[in-house]
Amino acid sequence: MITVLYFARLKESLNYSTEEMELPEGVKTIAQLKTHLAKRGEAWAHLFNGKQTIRAAINHALVDDESAVKDGDEVGFFPPVTGG
Amino acid sequence: MAVRVQTENFDVGAEVNAMRLSHPNIGAIVSFVGQVRDLNDGDNVASMTLEHYPVMTEKSLESIVEQAKNRWAIEDALIVHRVGELKPQDQIVLVLVASAHRKDAFTACEFMMDYLKTEAPFWKKEQTPSGERWVEAKDSDDQAKSRWQQ
Repeated sequence: MITVLYFARLKESLNYSTEEMELPEGVKTIAQLKTHLAKRGEAWAHLFNGKQTIRAAINHALVDDESAVKDGDEVGFFPPVTGG
Repeated sequence: MAVRVQTENFDVGAEVNAMRLSHPNIGAIVSFVGQVRDLNDGDNVASMTLEHYPVMTEKSLESIVEQAKNRWAIEDALIVHRVGELKPQDQIVLVLVASAHRKDAFTACEFMMDYLKTEAPFWKKEQTPSGERWVEAKDSDDQAKSRWQQ
């Protein structure tokens, strides 16, 4: 199982903030997880089809698309940050 | 060295004094205070909501302090960032850096703000007369960060 969290604009447009899911067959990286999520429907495709910048964190550290996802990880997806 | 994420306001004077009096070898303290503007991208901002990613936010801010400590001779540092609903002229963020001599504190403070702006997981949503909108990230913030990596 992995835990996936969505923040800010993503949380709003998906109407989803957190979920537990089995790591899907063949998904080993953030890029592959994004491609998997993009198949869930229009709102998901819009966010995860690669046209928007969606940043990711694994276990609370910023990562890039090629980073490996493994069972037990917490993955966060969010838009570019705007604090300060 | 400390980081705090909180809904409550902070007292800049009290924080500066606490840091100043904590180490006799401090010769300089630089502070940066960010506050909510009443105008952004041409629209009046009535209020702003700041969301964050708990746990990651604290780790990210701690990492920024750690990186600054490794690059400059700083004696102490503090980051306080507010979340929740804020109004124009409310304080958002405080960065304090203390060093024996001013240059390290000035430079490290700027470094910490540039990294905070591009790495710490906070998101601003503005309430304007024409409705709510998420604030977009700026290229100029990425450029400000990249100069530290050269």
